[in-house]
Amino acid sequence: MSDTPVDADEVRHVAELARVDLDEDEVEEFATQFADILEYFDALDEVPEVDREDELVNVMRPDEVREGLTQEEALSNAAETEDGYFKGPRVS
Amino acid sequence: MSLNAFITKETVESDEDGPLSGKTIAVKDNISTKGLRTTCGSAMLEDYVPPYDATVVELLKDAGATIVGKANMDEFGMGTTTETSAFGPTKNPVDESRVPGGSSGGSAAAVAAGEADLALGSDTGGSIRCPAAFCGVVGIKPTYGLVSRYGLVAYANSLEQIGPIAPTVEEAAGLLDVIAGPDERDGTTHDEGADSDYASAATGDVDGLTIGVPTELVEGADEGVKEAFWAALDELEAQGAEYHEVSMPSVEKAVAAYYVIAMSEASSNLARFDGVRYGKSGGYEGNWNDAFARAREEGFGPEVKRRILLGTYALSAGYHDKYYAKAQDARAWVKQDFDAAFEDVDVLASPTMPVPPFKLGESLDDPLQMYLADANTVPVNLANLPAISVPAGETDGLPVGLQLIGPKFDEETIIRAASAVEN
Repeated sequence: MSDTPVDADEVRHVAELARVDLDEDEVEEFATQFADILEYFDALDEVPEVDREDELVNVMRPDEVREGLTQEEALSNAAETEDGYFKGPRVS
Repeated sequence: MSLNAFITKETVESDEDGPLSGKTIAVKDNISTKGLRTTCGSAMLEDYVPPYDATVVELLKDAGATIVGKANMDEFGMGTTTETSAFGPTKNPVDESRVPGGSSGGSAAAVAAGEADLALGSDTGGSIRCPAAFCGVVGIKPTYGLVSRYGLVAYANSLEQIGPIAPTVEEAAGLLDVIAGPDERDGTTHDEGADSDYASAATGDVDGLTIGVPTELVEGADEGVKEAFWAALDELEAQGAEYHEVSMPSVEKAVAAYYVIAMSEASSNLARFDGVRYGKSGGYEGNWNDAFARAREEGFGPEVKRRILLGTYALSAGYHDKYYAKAQDARAWVKQDFDAAFEDVDVLASPTMPVPPFKLGESLDDPLQMYLADANTVPVNLANLPAISVPAGETDGLPVGLQLIGPKFDEETIIRAASAVEN
């Protein structure tokens, strides 16, 4: 079991962080499922510390102007736009 | 009865003449097609029409292929059965009471039923190999970086690759030849594969090939699956290959590591579906956060919500070191285990799926059980390696897939070995 059991309040808190509303049935169902899944993830406690030998290289290219989507194309899937911008809900 | 293999059935002809002229192709619905609806199996993107083609789609068109539709899939690639699609499940053409596997279930079903000659899928933790195995066709998960992901709607981008599904190894390899190679629009692509000729590697010659069988990937499998698996290996031995068991203890942690990493990346990648930039707005009043949360409640199905929430949890303060950092350790450990194994063997073999195809509706209520079915495929994605699933007999009339895993960028060897399984 995880250090902190997952209860309904914790599911609600994570859902708020993730910006996903849940109805009460979902909260209860997820709380039960998350307890099982997180308990399974606890198996990772037995993983030894491993030296990572990532051979990462930066892939660079010159920053040149090139053809892209038009403003109209870029906005073509937005439900609401105004003066060539995405129109969203108010911030607070 | 329709298999529901396609979400959008629309034909896009090509004017070009090339290796895929006269071939029909189903494209998984998370791969962007200009002017052709691309939903990712989600109500969130029900009306989304991309303004550009993914690089692989440009390559298909240049090669003369005819696109015949956008294939059904688990919502945003999240599932092992194609039942989480907002557009209803796809049926397995071999047995319509069963799932085709997932998440590229529509792609594999379309090929198995002859509704397309070839298909593209994407594989984040087995999503090409699983449905290939369940539908009795061939699927290849290429080495990470071999195929451009530009235009693939991201789920877990450090793990996923686009790859081919086809009736035979040679045809799958030929489709891989078309889509492999570097792309300046995807910085993770590589020069390998630029002038590939994987199709001609399907010689069926395995004389002298050394195959390792990780015991951990066979032990837990269903008896009928094991029988078909060992019979296929004996057949390869009769053709001149040699096999022996190897131990890879790290793979027992792979499923947990895979899901922690994939869910964490998903929680970040799917933040863009807020009803403003992408997705349905719902037209809710209220502030930014409330409006987003309600649009996402409505647009996402349960499996997507589950993974976003678990990913957010795994990355949150206090849990990051316990889950995400440990999962990265496990990922490095899995890579080391594979490197060590490939010092002694040319390829590794296992059953692709430990079980035969589930009955429709059977696994939906228990997400953890569904996640565990991915035990044999996810280690490959964690290690960024190439793997192929090739049909290897049946159990109770249902297809069994044999998975062959190769070293990084050694697609030729797994294609050669898989073609011998077809002999």
